[in-house]
Amino acid sequence: MSALWSLLRRDLLLALRRPSEVLTVVFFFVVVAALFPLAVGPERATLRMLAPGVLWVGALLASLLALNRLFEADHRDGTLEQMLLSGTPLTLLVVAKIAAHWVLCGLPLVLLVPLLGVLFDLSGDALGVLALSLLIGTPVLSCIGAIGAALTLGLRGGGVLLALLVLPLFVPVLVFGAGAVEALAAGLGSGAHLSILMALLLLSGLFSPWACAQALRIALE
Amino acid sequence: MRRIAWTHYAAPQTFYGLAGVCWKPLALLALALALAGMWVGFMVAPTDAQQGEGYRIIFVHVPVSWMSMIIYLAMAFWGVVCLVFRARMAGMLSQALAPTGALFAFLSLWTGALWGKPMWGAWWVWDARLTSELILFFLYIGFIALTSAIQDPRRADRAGALVAIVGAVNVPIIYFSVKWWNTLHQGASVSLTRSPSMAQTMLWGMLLMALACWVYALAMVLYRTRSLILQRERHADWVAQLPELSPGVRP
Amino acid sequence: MQPHTGLETRDLACERGGKTLFEGLNLSVLPGQSLHLQGDNGSGKTSLLRLLCGLALPLAGQVLWAGQPTTQDREGFLRDMLYLGHALALKEGLSALENLHFAAALSGQAWVPGAALQALHQMGLRGREHLPLQVLSQGQMRRVALARLGLSPARLWLLDEPFVALDTAACGVLQELMQNHVARGGMVVFTSHQAVHWASGDHRSHRLGRA
Repeated sequence: MSALWSLLRRDLLLALRRPSEVLTVVFFFVVVAALFPLAVGPERATLRMLAPGVLWVGALLASLLALNRLFEADHRDGTLEQMLLSGTPLTLLVVAKIAAHWVLCGLPLVLLVPLLGVLFDLSGDALGVLALSLLIGTPVLSCIGAIGAALTLGLRGGGVLLALLVLPLFVPVLVFGAGAVEALAAGLGSGAHLSILMALLLLSGLFSPWACAQALRIALE
Repeated sequence: MRRIAWTHYAAPQTFYGLAGVCWKPLALLALALALAGMWVGFMVAPTDAQQGEGYRIIFVHVPVSWMSMIIYLAMAFWGVVCLVFRARMAGMLSQALAPTGALFAFLSLWTGALWGKPMWGAWWVWDARLTSELILFFLYIGFIALTSAIQDPRRADRAGALVAIVGAVNVPIIYFSVKWWNTLHQGASVSLTRSPSMAQTMLWGMLLMALACWVYALAMVLYRTRSLILQRERHADWVAQLPELSPGVRP
Repeated sequence: MQPHTGLETRDLACERGGKTLFEGLNLSVLPGQSLHLQGDNGSGKTSLLRLLCGLALPLAGQVLWAGQPTTQDREGFLRDMLYLGHALALKEGLSALENLHFAAALSGQAWVPGAALQALHQMGLRGREHLPLQVLSQGQMRRVALARLGLSPARLWLLDEPFVALDTAACGVLQELMQNHVARGGMVVFTSHQAVHWASGDHRSHRLGRA
């Protein structure tokens, strides 16, 4: 257990000392959100309708960018091998890696969304639901994406390959995440969508670390 | 009752021989079944009351859709065998299945579009089943891309196995979410297979075509696996002694 | 208590890229012995080390630790074993002391900062314990990696090319570490292109690859 906290602290410390990687992800999200109105025109009604989808896709793509680097650095400097050989269950260590990844790349997106939602003229309620859906949904993206990151470890063209593998699996999260806000706008209430997102979070939280650990063993053989 | 020695056929050398004997007759059978099925579908089955002649595309669309899903499940099954039992053949079978499955998924999308145009006036509608089929197609492409990108065959087998398993587990979730998404946005969903009642001949036609696709897939898998075996075992003695390779020329 | 039978391989076979590197390998390293693996490049020295520590699974055969296959009591074996590969397993963004702290936490060892500082001083890194590793030279980083050896309670050391990039003084310190470890009943299996001259103790060598 202390190994888990140790790994989590280590990753957070490393990111603190070299924040450029985290900032890249955040900046990408902001850019995507800012470019869309330029592409579709400034009409407020259109923007309000597009906002949940645009912001969700932006968050998804930003997460994808960061997933590439989840295991890469550790693989290159040999610390990943040591993790496999440490005697601590690899599943636990993977949980720590995914948690660190989410805190560094998922949580900032959730915190930024209220600000960016203003660009799209979203109402307070809608902003709240959007932020909540991202809060529940981005950890799921991290969990599922981690499996892809582990499978594509060290491969050339890894980034594109990772996207190809993982995007189909992201679809349910996207559907229910963006759908929650749209359901609210349609007057149907977002409860059902958010509950399903929670269920997805529980499922992926339980199974992804194990699958990811298997993928790491396969990649390092 | 004669017990089949599965482990005997799990060795590449014996599988190579068996597959060599089987695949050509299977391919011919597939052709015969396909011709029979198409004859039933295009000649014998009656004109549909609501959809006219254009509906006949379902004799291709439905069987290939079924097969694209069944093949993915087969890939996931062999994936489990590969990971749990570390069987070399299982990995090769998975990889041999993928291109055929991808082809069926692709055909399903195209026939779906070809049906859609005369029926609803659009080449593509975001129907729940078509969208799920599109995502399934991406899953196939992802599998093929990953296994091609990994040089080490054993790592490729095992990585592919994991992808197939994770994908198979996710397919119901994806289908459910797309269905939900579709009903929320479009109201009544248009189903390509929910025809009110199926005439007997229509069912027979589809069954024959489905069987044809299945036998074709079997033939292709056996053929492709033989190629994979030759690639992987090229340093083995038994490969050098094969009659189809010219004497004195090492593979 | 039965005497520890150490590390053993039975009929070990390894393949890489479709080619069989070696097969039918039978090795034995008893407590108090060291084994120097030699062979040309590509003969499978690193692959063998990876098989021994369990990162890779063999084509055939078994690796035994204290008479049991390492695949059985995996956690027990891992806690008794220390592997240092080509890559140093150090984070450049952390300091030497932080790296050692993390390595200890990862393997569930107790952390004694004083002992860690002493190990670093012994490797000639006095004054550099708190600097981020990226400002150290390659040789200094290697010494930080080797400082782990002094701190680890593991009985079996698997070292891949440990003498690379070390100057004469550091080589001497490393050899002394290995010698003392073996004298205390530990085991060392290492690869190196250089010949090693031992002062005392039971040191063997094995050559891989076609002669």
